[in-house]
Parts: sequence; C-alpha cells; structure tokens
Amino acid sequence: MSILVNKDTKVIVQGFTGKEGTFHSSQCIEYGTKIVGGVTPGKGGQTHLNLPVFDSVIDAVKSTNATVSMIFVPPAFVADAVMEAAEAGIELCVIITEGAPVKDMQVAKAYAIKKGMKTIGPNCPGIITAQECKIGIMPGVIFKKGPVGLISKSGTLTYEGANQIVNEGLGITTAVGIGGDPIIGLSYKELLPMFEADHETKAIVMIGEIGGDLEIEAAKFIKEKITKPVIAFIAGQSAPKGKRMGHAGAIVSGNSGTAAEKMKALEEVGVHVVISPADIGKKVLSVLKDRV
Amino acid sequence: MNIHEYQAKELLKKFNIPTPRGVVIESSSKAKDAALSLGGDIWVVKAQIHAGGRGLGGGVKVVKTPKEVVEASEKMLGMTLVTHQTGPKGKVVEKVYIEEGVDIAREFYLAVVLDRAKEMPVIIASTEGGMEIENVAAATPEKIIKVAVDPSIGFQGFHGRALAFGLKLSKEEMAPFIKFASKLYTLYMEKDAELIEINPLVKTGSGEFIALDAKMGFDDSAIFRQKDIENMRDLSEEDPAELEASEYGLSYVKLDGYVGCMVNGAGLAMGTMDTINYVGGEPANFLDVGGGANPQSVAKGFEIILKDPNVKSIFVNIFGGIVRCDRIANGILEATKMVKVDIPVVVRLDGTNSKEAAEILRDANISNIITASDLEDGARKAVKAAKGELK
Repeated sequence: MSILVNKDTKVIVQGFTGKEGTFHSSQCIEYGTKIVGGVTPGKGGQTHLNLPVFDSVIDAVKSTNATVSMIFVPPAFVADAVMEAAEAGIELCVIITEGAPVKDMQVAKAYAIKKGMKTIGPNCPGIITAQECKIGIMPGVIFKKGPVGLISKSGTLTYEGANQIVNEGLGITTAVGIGGDPIIGLSYKELLPMFEADHETKAIVMIGEIGGDLEIEAAKFIKEKITKPVIAFIAGQSAPKGKRMGHAGAIVSGNSGTAAEKMKALEEVGVHVVISPADIGKKVLSVLKDRV
Repeated sequence: MNIHEYQAKELLKKFNIPTPRGVVIESSSKAKDAALSLGGDIWVVKAQIHAGGRGLGGGVKVVKTPKEVVEASEKMLGMTLVTHQTGPKGKVVEKVYIEEGVDIAREFYLAVVLDRAKEMPVIIASTEGGMEIENVAAATPEKIIKVAVDPSIGFQGFHGRALAFGLKLSKEEMAPFIKFASKLYTLYMEKDAELIEINPLVKTGSGEFIALDAKMGFDDSAIFRQKDIENMRDLSEEDPAELEASEYGLSYVKLDGYVGCMVNGAGLAMGTMDTINYVGGEPANFLDVGGGANPQSVAKGFEIILKDPNVKSIFVNIFGGIVRCDRIANGILEATKMVKVDIPVVVRLDGTNSKEAAEILRDANISNIITASDLEDGARKAVKAAKGELK
C-alpha cells in the first residue's frame, strides 16, 4: 500500500524533451516508474527515450490513459501546463519547476480544484512510493520500503529524513515533497488523512519550515482526525525575521510564521517535535517501539 | 523585490491613484529648486530607504520654508538611518523625496497582500492610519477589515461595500474610497506585487483620498515580465555578499554567528543552522549551493563565507542525491585549490556513494579538512573546531 501513486500509475511528462525533463524522466524510468509518454508542443509524433511525444496533454491522455503528469516546463509556462493537464482530465499533477509567478499559481490551482485535479508543488522534489514509483527528482536509492509516511516542504530535508529512517532499519511508504512556495498544491491537511487511511503507514513524519501557517492548520487537523503518531521537524528556528531563506515562502513576516509558534502548536496536539533535524530517524524509531 | 517610496508613488500615478506632488533629489543643492517648484507653504522631506519606521529615526521632517527644506535635505543625505526595520547598522540615505504638504482630515490604512491560506489577494483596511498595523491588529483586531478578492472575478462592487461598511465610512467617503481600493487592487495584480501598503491613506480637507506614504514589494519570480519594476531595483539597498552570491546561483543570507555553513537545498540549509544552534554554536550564515554543488559553486561559496571575519570554521553539509558524493568530494578538493581556505572545514557527505567520498577526502590528506559521519556529528565538530577545541 501507499498513497496517490504506485507501480501501476501511468505518468506523462510535460516538458519531456528539455534537458531537465529528459534527465529526470530517464531516472524515473530506471526506478521503475511507468512513464508512458511526454508532451512537447510542436514535437508531436516524435519518439523520445523510446516513448511517444505528443503535442498536447489531451492527445497524450487519449493514447496512453495516463492519470498523472509530471511538469518540467520553464516557470513562465507552468500555469498554462497545469491548466492544460486539468482540462485534459489528469488526476494528479506533480509540478517540479521552481520560480513560477505566485499570481499564475493562484489562477492555476483554482482551476485545478475546479476540474478535480490534485496538484503537488511547484518548487518541489515530487512524490515517491518506495521501490515502486518515483515521480520527481529525488535520489531513488535512499527510499526503501517501510512503515513511515513522509510529508516535507523541503527537498534535501526529505532525503535527510528518509535516509535517517532507513538507517534505523525502518523505511518509507510514500514520501511527498509539497514544495516551498507561497502557494502549493496538496498540503499536510490533505495528505495526513491519506496516510491515516493507508494500512502500511504506521507513523507520519512532517517536515515543515518557517513562513505561512500550514503547520498550524495541520496541528488543528491532527488533533481532530489523526490517530497515528506524527513526528515533526520545523526548519528555520535560527532564521532572522523578514529574510527569505532560499524558498520563496520561507519568510517570517512580523511575528507570524515562526518556527517556535509552529513547534508549540504541534506539541500541544501530541506531535513528537524534534529540535534537531539529526534526530528525525531516532525519534521515529523510539515512537514506533513505544507503540508496539 | 522592494522599491522606494518615490518609485511606488510614480507607479501609483500611472494607475491614476492620487499622491502628493513630489521631487526626488540626490544632492541638497537641488533642494531649494525642488521646494520652489512644488510651491505652497509646507513641505515634507523624506529619506528614501527600503525600511519602515523612518519618522522615529529622523528620516521624515515637516518644514515651513524652502530654507528649512535645504537644511533638512543636507542633514538627511548621507546620514545613516537606523529604524526598527533596518537592523542596528542602519542604512545610508542616498536620496530624499521632497513633497508638498497635505491638508489631512482623516487617516486610514489600506494594503493588498497575498493571503496564503485563502490563496488569493486580500485587501486590508483600517481607520487607524499612520500606525504600525501589527500593533493595531494586536490591540484592536475589530478595527481591521479584511476582504479577499478572488482573481477569477476581480474587484467587484460587493468587495468595495464590504470595506466601506466595515470601516463605517460616511456616505461622502464611500465612493472615493472604493475607487481608490479598486485601483490599488488593479495595480497589485497587473504588476505582480507581493505587498502594497498605503499607510496612511489620507482624506484631505476637500474630501479627496490620497496616498501619503507607499510601500511596495514584488514577486521575484515574476520580475521577468515586469521590466519597469526591474528597472527600479536599487542595488545599493541590497547586501553586497547576498548580491554576489545570487549572481552565481547561490542563495546566501548573512547571520551573526561564527560557523560558516555551505549546504545543498534551502530546507537542509536551515536545518543545518538549527543543528549548529542545537549543539551550542552559532551559524554565521545561510548558504544554499543548489543541487549541482560543482567545484565552481563550492569555491564561490567558500569565497563568500570567508569574507565574513567572524567565521572561525566552515561546515560543508551536502546530501548527495542525483549528484554523487564522490563527485562532490572531488569538487570540494578542487575548490580548495581555487580558494585559499585556512580555517577548519568540516565536511559531511551523505547519500549516494558517501563511502567513496570519505575515502577521497581522507586520501587527499589535507590538514584542515575534517570529515563527519552525519549531520549532528558534523555540527558538533564544526562548533568545536571554531572554538579551537578540535585538532
């Protein structure tokens, strides 16, 4: 079991023939992901990585029955690509591209919701179901099967967390990089119940960061709806106010969005919050041991 | 990206939003002509820096003669202005804006900002103009009216009415206020703004609504399609090291500690700072070298970190994924040939091929390179090395 994607998921790639699209698509294929084709307008009919290229998402969906799209198009074209995917009936759109204008994402996400399409990202490493399906840019080798679901705003912290969990002899069901932008698709609130419902997931790791209030919202949700243990780390405890820390959304504005307030909110609802990211793996192990 | 008040007001004018007339000068020799060209018998001289709280720091002065305009300009130009938003070092004033005086009947607050939870712009208004809005929100939250505007329908009449009734405006005030808010929303959307704050928005004695101050920030990701905004960028307002880093695709923020950090990925970079704090040290910076972490970017990273005299050790924390650790290890060795690094460098490489990477670093036998097995070990060693407790 897993959430959202598995070994049977059919995936197309928008921005398939570009440098990033080509490199990461071939990495995904190597991992075992069922990539069934790609879209590059103007290159329809060609073959790339031994797979068909289509001019439009609708053409690709008609011939391949793909349900998921992975997006690598340049920032200025992300909204267009997302809305095209939604229009074509794609069910889940994974947006890897970094630097999409915030205004565009407001419109694109609203349209995706209207069409019933889920989105992940933008500016994210993607989603991976361990040893089955990787849709994104994460190093596949570190993700081994196990009982832990992972939700993270950061790419490299996802790898760090997953690696620690695997090194403790545990592993991952599905890991989702939700992205570090001000406007993102699926977030903690939507993903937590999916992990709650997934039988193989025994614990959930949440990696958050400064900025916005998604973690606070998640804390309220955990209190009401989540029975599985949640382990959390919030990055940016030592970040100064008003400074953007790499991610477009990682900024403490005034007194809101601080790591301290997020950690407090999570602790209050029984989440196991670690102060140091080096303790994620150890904490997961001890929490799971206590439950047995 | 932020712009100056005088630039924000130019932009307001382009959108037919009323502002006082004003002239920006860089030399006090122009002050008298500026005052005379504006006319009237009252002027406001305002220091142009990218920070709020200028009034309290002596960066805003109301004067009554052209002679006083000159004196105020002389005093402000070149001065280092310290406000609660500039940090203790303050900012040097290079431009002042001389404005005509305005007959103020009433002051309001009006802003447009992204509501991240609702995922759409929200207009924030208050009758408590001229105050710090965070303080108003804390003390009297009922005096703040928030109206979210769905971009798919834009600013409608009901949005305007919700603001006007919320603020309990008089009948005469309603139409001009709503018109002002509507235009401000248009500007926000058309220019890809991140924040527009008019504080105060004043009603003049003759009933006109006019932007007395203006603060604007724009979405960096959209600057590529906003050339006029990009042209307003004032590089002197930015930290030179952060600017240099960005030219090489590195994301750098200087902090006050003594352990330099070089990390791949923004989240891990923040996590590394947090770990250094956790083990009792203080990070000197945030530095994300990006996914590639090649010899050139690592060398540039070393160069930027070493410019900070407080740095006593460097912690290189790379999680090798797609880019294998052995290649990164070679990159670090190459980088140390390109830049002279004479303080301890603690290197933690984890992920793909980390064992080979450790061997490469060990075989290179460079005395100031110390390897670490994991994140916490690396942080501890870097802090100890900085304190001279590690050989």
